[in-house]
Amino acid sequence: MGLALCLISCRFAHAAPQAPASTQDDRSLPPATQTPTPSTSSPTPQSPAFAHPQLPPSVGLNIVVLDPAHGGTDLGARGTEGIRESEVVLQFAEQAKRALEGQGFQVLLTRQSNDNPSFDDRSARVNAQRGAIFVSLHIASTGLSGTVRTYVMSDFAPAVEPAGLIPWDRAQAPFLTLSHKLGDLVQAEMSKRFRGSPPTAETAPIRQLRTTAAPAIAIEISSVVVPTRADLERMIPGVADALARGVAAFRPSYVVPGLPGSTAPGGQP
Amino acid sequence: MTPRWQFWGAVILFFLVMGAALYFPSLRRQVDKAKNITEKTAAEARRELLPPAPLNSGDPRLKVKMFWGSHNQDGTLVPVVLELPLSPDPVLRAKQILNTLLAGPIDPEARTLPPDAALLAFYILPDGTGVADFSEGLATGIPSGIQSKQLAVDSITRTLQANVPQVQQLKILVHGQEVDTLAGHLDLTQTFQVSMKEAGSPTPSGVAIITAPLHKAIEKVKGATRK
Repeated sequence: MGLALCLISCRFAHAAPQAPASTQDDRSLPPATQTPTPSTSSPTPQSPAFAHPQLPPSVGLNIVVLDPAHGGTDLGARGTEGIRESEVVLQFAEQAKRALEGQGFQVLLTRQSNDNPSFDDRSARVNAQRGAIFVSLHIASTGLSGTVRTYVMSDFAPAVEPAGLIPWDRAQAPFLTLSHKLGDLVQAEMSKRFRGSPPTAETAPIRQLRTTAAPAIAIEISSVVVPTRADLERMIPGVADALARGVAAFRPSYVVPGLPGSTAPGGQP
Repeated sequence: MTPRWQFWGAVILFFLVMGAALYFPSLRRQVDKAKNITEKTAAEARRELLPPAPLNSGDPRLKVKMFWGSHNQDGTLVPVVLELPLSPDPVLRAKQILNTLLAGPIDPEARTLPPDAALLAFYILPDGTGVADFSEGLATGIPSGIQSKQLAVDSITRTLQANVPQVQQLKILVHGQEVDTLAGHLDLTQTFQVSMKEAGSPTPSGVAIITAPLHKAIEKVKGATRK
């Protein structure tokens, strides 16, 4: 039901690229719009969480949607000194928000308290924007402590319906090229700061990213298994700053489609 | 208490503290060592009680390449070559291989799949799609995080790729059901590419569109699981 509401009310702000007109799913996003979307519509019944402020009519990337993963009864990874991933990612999101705002971005969060929006509700938060990117924040329970990995959705074929609609469950497909570019730029910053982190983004079929109609990445810090909670918390400002630098470096690569000097979602003019 | 007794009391206390400082680290090392031995022994006992695969001694012994995690936990897989009696039948062979993978390596730190997970069924469809049905332990026992789940799936696909060339893509079910995600992160509604060679799949990548025969196979697995 929530998904159906999202499909009806979310205004999809990116131009759909040309692709084979075939899909196996009748759920679709509306076609592209050409105007900025200071939308006050709510994609789900949880309208306060999804109302957003008026957006400035600017071209290019101006909004970053941060997604602190898990929440509610889903605590995520649990580790030393009672560390809960669902709580630490909220701190992480707050730090990242400040760092990104310092770079001139408007930042929206998919959750700001201990609740757990569905995958589709989280995607709807960014799908209703234009000129936005999506960053999902995670803490792992494995991996080398003190390292950070950035993930991009695995490649999969785009599917566009004859009317130009993009199926909701394949919304990420047209944005994969941009997502890879964003992921590599962010991970390059992470690897400079956190020794042992890979130099480029990795791919994984992450459910949260699949329904996201915007350049989208997931960042995962290793790990909740650290000698003390302070060790993990000390990493967060550095990760937030590296994220902000990576996103700032990505800004010239992404121009909202349909406006002068615009590029297609795949990054091709 | 006289100053003389205070002096001797302080001397004894000093030696007790020094002795404890020297002895406790050594005791801790011994306890850690004993813990490791216990874990290894438990893993070995499990393998003895639950044979990793229905191995038939009449089958020819072949070298197989298993992909488990690296010891330094850097999120990579390392191949480990074993010699096992393997069936020539690809379905049976895939079961043997996956059961060996589930049994895990000798070093528990290198394990990629949770010890409680079990393979309930395995089929290969005519288009080369392998359907692996795991117990709920796969979803509930796996460590939280994208990296650990990706490592788990990669270890399955790479091990199948190395040893069962008939399997070209993989669909993972949990207790006979198609599930949305593997414990909230990885998308299990798609198939995972196993072979580099395309097998009727339109996608050149890690995931492929679910096809009609696959839905039939899922129904078949569901039926078998209910029984």
